[in-house]
Amino acid sequence: MIEAANNAKKFTETTVGRNCRFTEKIAKSVFFLMTLTMVLPLLLIIGFLFYKAWPALSIDFVLELPKNGMRAGGIWPAFLGTLYLVLISLVIAAPIGVMAAIYLNEYAKENWFTRIINLAVINLAGVPSIVHALFGLGAFVLAAGLGRSVLAASLTLAVMTLPVIIASTKEALSAVPMSFRQASWNMGVSRWQTIRGIVMPNSISGILTGIILQVSRAAGETAPIMFTGVVFYKAIEKGDLLAYGLLDQCMALAMHLYTISTQVPNVPDAVPFATAVLLLGVVLLVNALSIGLRIYLRTHRKW
Amino acid sequence: MLQRSKYKVIREVLIEWIIRICGISAVVFVFAIFLFVFWQGKGLIFSGDFDFWKFLTTKEWYPASENNPRYGVSALIAGTVSVTVLAMIIAVPFGLGAALFISEFCSPKLKETLKIVIELLAAIPSVVWGFIGLTIMNHLIMELFGAPIGLTVLNGAIILALMSVPIIVSIGEDALQAVPDSYREAGIGLGVTRWQMVYKVLLPAAKNGLLAAVLLGVGRAIGETMAVLMATGHAVHIPFDAEFPFLHGLDSVRTLTATIAAELGETARDSSHYQVLFIIGILLFTITFAVNLTADLIVKGVKGK
Amino acid sequence: MVAETAKLNIDGLKLSYGSKQVIHGITFDIQPNEIFGVIGPAQSGKTSMLKVINRTIDFTADAHVEGTVKMEGQNVFHVKDVYEYRRRIGMVAPLPVGLPLTIYDNVAFAPRSFGMKDKDQLDELVQRCLEQAALWDEVKDRLDTLGTMLSGGQQQRLTIARALSHQPEVLCLDEFSIAIDPVTTMKIEDVLKELRNEMTIILVTNLVQQARRLADRTMFLLNGDLIEVDETEKIFSGNAQETKTNEFVSGAFG
Repeated sequence: MIEAANNAKKFTETTVGRNCRFTEKIAKSVFFLMTLTMVLPLLLIIGFLFYKAWPALSIDFVLELPKNGMRAGGIWPAFLGTLYLVLISLVIAAPIGVMAAIYLNEYAKENWFTRIINLAVINLAGVPSIVHALFGLGAFVLAAGLGRSVLAASLTLAVMTLPVIIASTKEALSAVPMSFRQASWNMGVSRWQTIRGIVMPNSISGILTGIILQVSRAAGETAPIMFTGVVFYKAIEKGDLLAYGLLDQCMALAMHLYTISTQVPNVPDAVPFATAVLLLGVVLLVNALSIGLRIYLRTHRKW
Repeated sequence: MLQRSKYKVIREVLIEWIIRICGISAVVFVFAIFLFVFWQGKGLIFSGDFDFWKFLTTKEWYPASENNPRYGVSALIAGTVSVTVLAMIIAVPFGLGAALFISEFCSPKLKETLKIVIELLAAIPSVVWGFIGLTIMNHLIMELFGAPIGLTVLNGAIILALMSVPIIVSIGEDALQAVPDSYREAGIGLGVTRWQMVYKVLLPAAKNGLLAAVLLGVGRAIGETMAVLMATGHAVHIPFDAEFPFLHGLDSVRTLTATIAAELGETARDSSHYQVLFIIGILLFTITFAVNLTADLIVKGVKGK
Repeated sequence: MVAETAKLNIDGLKLSYGSKQVIHGITFDIQPNEIFGVIGPAQSGKTSMLKVINRTIDFTADAHVEGTVKMEGQNVFHVKDVYEYRRRIGMVAPLPVGLPLTIYDNVAFAPRSFGMKDKDQLDELVQRCLEQAALWDEVKDRLDTLGTMLSGGQQQRLTIARALSHQPEVLCLDEFSIAIDPVTTMKIEDVLKELRNEMTIILVTNLVQQARRLADRTMFLLNGDLIEVDETEKIFSGNAQETKTNEFVSGAFG
């Protein structure tokens, strides 16, 4: 019996086969390690940031005004400024982006013109953020005469995040089966009514996912806002939610982190770390929300 | 027979026109970006004493000099190139390796988790990356290499690599997923191992898509601003020479993007320094445009087959 | 030929997608209140023909249509409001499509989009359409569940109810029995026999015998050519004018 089994093994097990399986194992482990070397440092870094930030982190840190030349106190004006920038850019970019995606997915025919639009979307997404800053400065601050203001900075952010919304909305729309549209058209329901009555309700969560993603991107950007409306320091009242007007300059979290870590001397370690953790926390939280929504969606499809 | 009201029909026509206008917004913005940036820089370009070739090839960057301002960006280009190249040397193998692992070698559950992690990695703001470079990486490099300062090409490259990897992974994974399963089954059916199948069948089939993934990673790395501004040390310097090892990873450099971010705030409007920064902007726009266009053409080439 | 009283005149209809021609010039009439059967193997242009008739071909980017389609004498490519025209034609697709709305909303969707708001009127219409489609008894207690939760056969009847909801004059069915069981098929066939009193029916079918059971006249399409159109009895008698028709209905090919 044993001999037969051994013989059988001899028959199947060749050096070539063994080598093959060996390489396979090696390849798999190498790729696994590669993946791990990307994920692990990330966790370590976030852990370390958090550890360093711990002494300064508190609710008061968010709600207090900066003191002592931004070396102590909180970050309220920056937090509020980021909120303003994100919301205003969202109000501008979301409708345009969603409608552009509707055009591309529902109306555009397959021709060179559509190809050019798609190309423009891809390239708009690839324009360096500092070039967006130059554009914002040239177009909104100077040409449109808005000056360095919340509005100019928000517009710059809106242009920058537009392709994110277009791409994700398009994906959400194209996930709605063609047969639904055809069924609706067959009943003499117009194109726009079909989009409103059938396509949008069935892709709205996907569209929202993309919009949330825009929020997280807009919240973290620094370069596009640094010459278009955000300043190092601006004094506002504590707890005043309407502190900034549309044409005022404002502070922003991302810019604040840059400022206190490079421009202000002798800042105690914990303050920039806490700012970084807060910014990271906001962005990752918003992102996690979008991912959660997407997973929920996938499990709760109506078709 | 039911009739739709006139008002509704007109409203619908109006909405459809608004949709069409929004549809071309992306094209409008791409043109607008080029035009407005060009507009701000045009004064210097057409001033007569601006030599574009000299601008590109000389390395003297003394924009603030009172009596003899010189605008040579070759050192800045060298800074961008060195950081980008080193970043890609790190990011490409890891990114493609991870894409292969996620696409071919791991269980569905692990795949889901890893994709989410990659997505979160992509979401980290560049200023936070810069901050990590400025603090954590800075200390690590000083400790490990005994360098006097840790804000170097290497630092910026590692940060940039971590930032570009998510793009390379997700686009690369898409490219691998686009290879029909029948290819895989045919490979496995011949009795080869999974690795042989990946190596002989999958990689050749997905090579264009993977190349596009790398290019998009390059595009992101060239355009990145805040992270390199904070992590590379801010010295106008060419970090390579003709002798081995060619690239000095522990030198400090400054990139094109970082120069704009650092200096624009201090220049007077319409001064030639101000205008030259916009010309650098046009240069960056052109480079990334070309990179993205190439990547797109490569991907479309794949789909055309 | 009694062209003056015909419901639909199709004259010299040609259709191509890009450079590929799929219908090579076909001419026929459809009379009011008849069931007009269309048979033919796959790729004969049957579905494309229906798309031209209700003008959803407009949504296909590279389609090119020549020839005329007239409804009661009016060229359908010159109608003022294409959506209004489309409502005069009911269309049932091969695969049942339950829209991801409630059963009630599935049927009420089209009337609402034309501006019907009155609740009682809608209730009455929904009930009538579902009854006509022989679905009312099965779903009357759960009108607020999702249409997509119904079985395939029920969804197909829901599709028919939806097609009836805009009170069409012509009902087109495109291989409606392809994805449903024989019992449901028989139920729907009974429904069609009832409906013919109220409207004209174009029945494109993959089942040759179905055309024989239901149709008054039958047309045989082959690779985009009209081979023959005649009384159903004649087509199936084995003595049709064209030998190809005889071969097809006896199962020699197709």
